[in-house]
Amino acid sequence: MAHKPINIPVVTAEPVDTDVFIKGLWRQNPIFVQVLGMCPTLAVTNSAINALTMGLATLFVLVMSCGLVSLLRRVIPHHGRIAGFVLIVATFVTIADYAIQAVSLEVHKALGAFVSLIVVNCIILGRIEAFAAKNDLKPAVLDALGMGLGFAAALLVLGGVRELLGSGSIFGARLFGESFAPWVVMLLPSGGFLVLGVLVLGVAWLKTGQAEESK
Amino acid sequence: MEPLRKTLSIHTSPHIASGADVARIMRHVIYALLPVCGFAIYAFGWAALLTLVVAVVVCWLSEVLFCRLLRKPATLADGSVTITGILFALTLPPGLPLWMTVVGAFAAVGLGKFLFGGLAANVFNPALVGRAFLQAAFPGAMTTWSPVLAADRFSQIPSSLLAAPFMQPNYDTVSSASPLALLKFEHTPTPLGDLFLGTTAGSLGETSSLIILLGGAYLIARGMMSWRIPAGILVAVAVVGGISYVADSERFGSPLFMLFSGGLMLGAMFMATDPVSSPVTHRGCFVYGLLIGLVVVVIRNWGGLAEGVMYAILFANAVSPHIDNWLQPLPFGRKPGHGRERGS
Repeated sequence: MAHKPINIPVVTAEPVDTDVFIKGLWRQNPIFVQVLGMCPTLAVTNSAINALTMGLATLFVLVMSCGLVSLLRRVIPHHGRIAGFVLIVATFVTIADYAIQAVSLEVHKALGAFVSLIVVNCIILGRIEAFAAKNDLKPAVLDALGMGLGFAAALLVLGGVRELLGSGSIFGARLFGESFAPWVVMLLPSGGFLVLGVLVLGVAWLKTGQAEESK
Repeated sequence: MEPLRKTLSIHTSPHIASGADVARIMRHVIYALLPVCGFAIYAFGWAALLTLVVAVVVCWLSEVLFCRLLRKPATLADGSVTITGILFALTLPPGLPLWMTVVGAFAAVGLGKFLFGGLAANVFNPALVGRAFLQAAFPGAMTTWSPVLAADRFSQIPSSLLAAPFMQPNYDTVSSASPLALLKFEHTPTPLGDLFLGTTAGSLGETSSLIILLGGAYLIARGMMSWRIPAGILVAVAVVGGISYVADSERFGSPLFMLFSGGLMLGAMFMATDPVSSPVTHRGCFVYGLLIGLVVVVIRNWGGLAEGVMYAILFANAVSPHIDNWLQPLPFGRKPGHGRERGS
């Protein structure tokens, strides 16, 4: 007996393609609004280049795996779907891992285990389960692109602020000269929590302002 | 017909108001702090005066900014933020660059006070939040102590104070170690007389135990401060410090040294007694004080840092609602264990 395809395509509440893409950038930003994927967010954003690499790697894995899951959604059996998703994600993570090693061994060392840990990034599994597994290729990829870009942009902002205050540089270019007094805390995990908290607060505050204006 | 005259007004307790409002209490705390500020200026000269002025002004400006931003009623006039500024400045090492003072004062009011909702809503003592932020961000500058009673303290402003924003300070004098660091890292005790009078290196307002004790006594005599909190702290430090001194007098300071060195007196009298972040019940205040004293001795004796008053108070601040919850007094007439609601 063949497996019954469980993932029947459903009509989504957001049929407009642009909205599917745009919501991840701001309104449902995975970091500042959904507060997902905190592990890489806090761990690797101590410099802009690390943050950007992590953001781009996640973007790549997210888009590719959401696309593939969307294509295979009628084939993957319902009960084994998480294992199937993880297998697909892991394939693309391996590709990203090797690509980072090939481009810069230094950044790869700085990111450590966190590249491999993209496999269990809850944003990726979340988008697959909640969206890609129920939608056609085009909306699935657009959704993944929006979420991935939102994630990468948020990581870049976080990494930029922490590197600027913690090392006095942006992408390794020193801005303040030799006698810069580093804010040690910014390079430590507690600085990650601090900057993230302030940014989440700022985004929430701006969104409240927007909501009040549109009333 | 004669109009009904209101002879009896009915409302819930409290029925007797003491006339003590936020502004009045804060004014008396400022009076008690003035001698401490005066001694800081006498001991450290222009460095102390500039740090105090900058810290207070930045705290005022941040208060106005956040009140506007968050559309809260202005609380500048009640004096609480002035005290935050003064206390914050008094915990800083003399010679700290003024731009770091600005950052810390902004963090004290922004992170310490308004993040939690403004006046009377802060979980932690705002002045100590500002100091903890600076300690985490600039550990080097926060543990560089200028010598006390330097000859040129009124003739020139130390160049480290005027370091350009984001730049490291240049110290033009040889820095001296604080009594606690001397004991911990070089095993050299400081004479008790110096500690009591304040002729040692240290943060601006923490050096003279005598003047701080006088300020605290004034507040207690005026009924503006719970004596149980400082009492709890001093008892715990004396007892736990005494036990550890008896156990190993080579390594650990004597109980009297523990009591009069570092920020203990300033913390016990003015920081831990912040009415917002300390418990409200009488027994709770005592337990809270004991907890602070215990943590101070543990950090000083066995921790990596020479001084632990700041972290001890911040830690106890976090615990204080739980202490209140645990030691809730019974409402009048209710028997223990009878329908008692605990931490509902």
